[in-house]
Amino acid sequence: MSALEDRIGAARAEGRAALVAYLPVGHPTVEDSIAAMTAAVEGGADVVEIGVPYSDPGMDGPVIQQAVDVAVRAGVGMRDVLRAVEAVAAAGAVPVVMSYWNPIERYGVERFATDLAAAGGAGAITPDLIPDEAGPWLAASDAAGLDRVFLVAPSSIDARLRATAEACRGFVYAASTMGVTGTRATVGDAAERLVARTRAVTDKPVCVGLGVSDGDQAAEVGRFADGVIVGSAYVRELLEGRGPEGVRALSAQLAEGVRRRSTVSP
Amino acid sequence: MTTSAVHPPEQRLESAHPAWPDDTGHFGVFGGRFVPEALVAALDDLTAAFEAMRVDPAFVEEFAALQRDYTGRPSPVTEVSRFAEHCGGARVLLKREDLNHTGSHKINNVLGQALLTRRIGKQRVIAETGAGQHGVATATAAALMGLSCTVYMGEEDTRRQALNVARMRLLGAEVIPVTTGSRTLKDAINEAFRDWVTNVETTNYVFGTVAGPHPFPLMVREFQRVIGDEARAQVLEREGRLPDAVLACVGGGSNAIGVFTAFVPDEGVRLVGLEAAGDGVETGRHAATITGGSPGVLHGARSYLLQDDNGQTVESHSISAGLDYPGVGPEHSYLHDIGRAEYRPVTDAEAMEAFALLSRTEGIIPAIESAHALAGAMRLGRELGPDALLLVNLSGRGDKDVETASRWFGLGDRTEVDPGPGMDTDQQPTEGAVTAGDAVPGQDAGSQS
Ligand SMILES: Cc1ncc(COP(=O)(O)O)c(C=O)c1O
Repeated sequence: MSALEDRIGAARAEGRAALVAYLPVGHPTVEDSIAAMTAAVEGGADVVEIGVPYSDPGMDGPVIQQAVDVAVRAGVGMRDVLRAVEAVAAAGAVPVVMSYWNPIERYGVERFATDLAAAGGAGAITPDLIPDEAGPWLAASDAAGLDRVFLVAPSSIDARLRATAEACRGFVYAASTMGVTGTRATVGDAAERLVARTRAVTDKPVCVGLGVSDGDQAAEVGRFADGVIVGSAYVRELLEGRGPEGVRALSAQLAEGVRRRSTVSP
Repeated sequence: MTTSAVHPPEQRLESAHPAWPDDTGHFGVFGGRFVPEALVAALDDLTAAFEAMRVDPAFVEEFAALQRDYTGRPSPVTEVSRFAEHCGGARVLLKREDLNHTGSHKINNVLGQALLTRRIGKQRVIAETGAGQHGVATATAAALMGLSCTVYMGEEDTRRQALNVARMRLLGAEVIPVTTGSRTLKDAINEAFRDWVTNVETTNYVFGTVAGPHPFPLMVREFQRVIGDEARAQVLEREGRLPDAVLACVGGGSNAIGVFTAFVPDEGVRLVGLEAAGDGVETGRHAATITGGSPGVLHGARSYLLQDDNGQTVESHSISAGLDYPGVGPEHSYLHDIGRAEYRPVTDAEAMEAFALLSRTEGIIPAIESAHALAGAMRLGRELGPDALLLVNLSGRGDKDVETASRWFGLGDRTEVDPGPGMDTDQQPTEGAVTAGDAVPGQDAGSQS
């Protein structure tokens, strides 16, 4: 039923959290970004969040802003995104698109759902779309059999946690800290508390994003979450010129982190 | 043409409230909340606090006292008959928001939101600003109420509006130049939202216009509608009739909504919003969002915006920093779609012509933003002809624009100003626009410094 839930479930059956890698399409170029996504999969990512470039990424910190800005200036659009989806599927990971809402609305919500499903995409994560405003997307994703992931935050009251988790298919995205994307020295216990609160209202997988950058943090988060989402750290590999090799090595480190058996609860 | 007969000069006992937005902040298909979940709780708290506050007699009284004793309300209505000679014989009344403390309508909204900040127990406010007027107003209110204040301003705008940067700093605010994207208002809003989502527990976002996620479009309208509530009564009292048209410039749209709202039920009164057309809508270098844009989502709400085929926001262009914004408040999109208001483009050159004209004929230097509304009146007056009665919202004064205007008119280093033939405004024919070439030597030295 849900490609994301199946893959996260398979990781759980191995006694570990899934590794979810974010990379935006079109940085440094479309081809290079696809090569980087493939490298992330080769290094051990289970799921790739394929970022749609957007001119006003209000939830992103400087690292992702800088990368996405390059792609926006180059005119990267949904057609390029769909190519990346196909490439990630071919590499053997589950592709899920991550997009601010306007590029999807502009492309056409139903058209987006149809084309994404045809390209082999599992669904989409929409960081600035709350279920309250998602009517057309709920209908289109149902019709196309796509997953849809909404975010919960430490500030979400229980009623919203419940309603948001209810609207999700695939997993629930726990935005662990209040703030924008970017690596952080410590993950903090807000993430664990948010995951516990979310688990109290849903049986769906809960993945944690915002701030994870290395194997130790991945191990720490993997102890209480079903998936560990890493974005800025991957993008930094590309910004600092380490290319696909850097991405592959980071994936390997993170994949080792989520597999540290000593720390994994059964 | 005059339509005075259709406006019985009755005075409504209570100010009418529009039937929109709905409980979740929608104006038809526009508005709503397109925000990260992390901000929903803060927006819900703000909505609840605002709804409680607006019916709380103690607040209503405190707000009214501040408006009277601090802002200087009510602002007067001034008839400008020498300027009106250039408006096809129409009579022109100005609603003088330029005379408010801090120099624009922005203070109306800010005092309301600052009181709200105090009520919800937060100690820090943040704001975005384009022309700097909203930033100055927020810094002012923060000083008055003992709040700490951070203002985000596009780097490009800090240069265009250097005077206001200095004012904010003198008032004790921290001004952060924003160097991302187009380095103007749009990017300042992005940075302010990033700050807010990070510091939401201690910080309130004092939003400067009727855009953004619910409840901002509603809340800012309610704090700004005093402009139209006053003006409607003032015009009725002095003229015994309503105006034929109400005109205002539209950036995000707060001064326009402020003056329009009281007149929305008066169907015979045309509501005309003037958008910044920059070099001309057809050049692509403009900020005329409704005229030249399409519906989409930006900065937390669905509304018209300037975007490309990929849904990327397109950079706007205007000589006026306060109108240089690729979005517009959702209520304007709604008023446009239902046909209750009309939106027209005004180029940089037309606005600067009106700027010069009002300065020379009336001794009132308008903000360049407001000059767009004046230019709209010059054109509409010629269309409506003698006897038409136009009410123009003069949203702000032009002190902040002296440098930009001097550069535009080439007045830079001259000690004795020779206005040139086009500036001798008493000699201008009533019909036919003063051409840009006549009135505005040096227009190439306009917005981008
Ligand atoms: C004097 C003046 N008028 C108008 C505006 C535009 O804002 P709005 O459309 O919200 O009234 C500004 C914004 O800075 C301003 O300073």
